Amino acid sequence: MANRPLSPHLQIWRWGPHMLVSILHRITGDGMALVGLAVLLWWLGALASGPEAYATFAWAATTPIGYIVLVGISWAFFNHMCSGLRHFVMDAGAGMEITTNRKWSVATPLIGILLTAAFWALLLIF
Amino acid sequence: MGNGTSIGRARGLGSAHEGVHPWLMQRFTAAGNLLLVGFLVVSILMLPSLDYQTVRNWIAEPLPAVAMALLIVSVFWHTRLGLNEMIGDYVHEAGNKMACVLALNLAAFGGAAFGLFCIARMALGGAA
Repeated sequence: MANRPLSPHLQIWRWGPHMLVSILHRITGDGMALVGLAVLLWWLGALASGPEAYATFAWAATTPIGYIVLVGISWAFFNHMCSGLRHFVMDAGAGMEITTNRKWSVATPLIGILLTAAFWALLLIF
Repeated sequence: MGNGTSIGRARGLGSAHEGVHPWLMQRFTAAGNLLLVGFLVVSILMLPSLDYQTVRNWIAEPLPAVAMALLIVSVFWHTRLGLNEMIGDYVHEAGNKMACVLALNLAAFGGAAFGLFCIARMALGGAA
């Protein structure tokens, strides 16, 4: 690597909600890739193996750590889905005005949390 | 094509005409993920129970089996593109980058193959 000056990074800019949305999009995406897919494949593999393997999976999934991981994966999905939908809108060239952009940047992670809460409420109550 | 700086060597050649392909595939698979993971989320909520027999009977039906197989393809494809982007941003040394991308491709194709095999085994009536 040539020893050239680097462009200004996170510590230089005044924080805005769009920066958080961008960083969360990457963290949740990479988190689902590394943890979520492992759990998905474990679930499918246990299901294909038989009742004993599925019982092991179900035991692990319902321990406190299991719930933390599953809630984390579901939050990562809903958050990534919301910021991904925001990407679709901005890919179309819309939502770039500062006030609109700021409004949806604040709304995106909040909607992700609401959807996660709604999912678990529906799953555990009904 | 002299021996000048990297920008000097690239200048005037025009675009490679293929850079947009992974970008587009990221969007197409994102739309697929929205539909297919949405299907999985709604299915998990609507199943009467998540015990072994209920889930096993559900995933062996034609529609859920096809949707889950498509989910595996769409999600692993999207993941491969996304992690490739992360490697591109954070792994700077060329040899390390090649090794990371190689490992990523092995893991993505291997994981997808395992997922598809599990679904096929259940849908086509293997060991129940």
